[in-house]
Amino acid sequence: MKFSDFVASEAIRSQVHATTKEGVIREMAQSLVDSGKIAEADLESIVKAILKREELGSTGIGRGVAVPHTKHPSVGKLVGTVAVSQDGINFESLDGEPVQLFFLLVSPPDRPGDHLRALENISRQLRDEGFCQQLKAAKNPIDIQNLLVEADSHGVAT
Amino acid sequence: MMADSSPSVHSGDHSAATMSREVVVINAAGLHARPADLLAREARRWQSRIELVNDSQRADGKSILDLLTLAAEAGTRLVVEATGPDAREALEAIGSLFERRFNEHEDNPRS
Repeated sequence: MKFSDFVASEAIRSQVHATTKEGVIREMAQSLVDSGKIAEADLESIVKAILKREELGSTGIGRGVAVPHTKHPSVGKLVGTVAVSQDGINFESLDGEPVQLFFLLVSPPDRPGDHLRALENISRQLRDEGFCQQLKAAKNPIDIQNLLVEADSHGVAT
Repeated sequence: MMADSSPSVHSGDHSAATMSREVVVINAAGLHARPADLLAREARRWQSRIELVNDSQRADGKSILDLLTLAAEAGTRLVVEATGPDAREALEAIGSLFERRFNEHEDNPRS
């Protein structure tokens, strides 16, 4: 699976305003509403579900990266977006480091495989430290989108 | 014996043999973020180098990022390899995590 298969390009944010864990999750979910990927009516329920998942263990997986996510019956296919915090946000990460790079995923409950393949793609690409650095340094959503397209073109995830 | 992560050419005096066992992902959601976290935490408790291997790739058992690249769905068979003084115990502990479905209750989709 490629980034372009699940990342809503209009929802990408290069400079989130939020400074808290809940705030950034809310801001990213709102960006999915604004880009028409999820319904306004489902926003609260999706945000709550993502926060509930975080209670089970932070999705801050280290290296300044977090993948907040949930299953939700309102989506017919996996949708996601990317956001960068310039200052970094305390996300109770597994390595204790603040998180700058966020990949938020909402997946249909009956498609665990798609969720796994999205995680696979994200983690495979992020093993490249240079790619992480470039994303964090991106100045605007278009830069991020271009980096994702470039990664898609040579990172062949099976 | 510094830098234990550097690829070492010296073929140890303690002849660190690699032990392995097969595991099967039986929790319905597969090896997603939380199981990968649990697995990496367990693997880090042991001194041995631990790798998970499927048909085409190997992942460092102590790295969540690496484990997620396996995209191991329910039903996937993996081989766990442990190399080091506590390899046997590590394999047992890791095998048991898989068998316990990473403590996941088979959640019905919220609908």
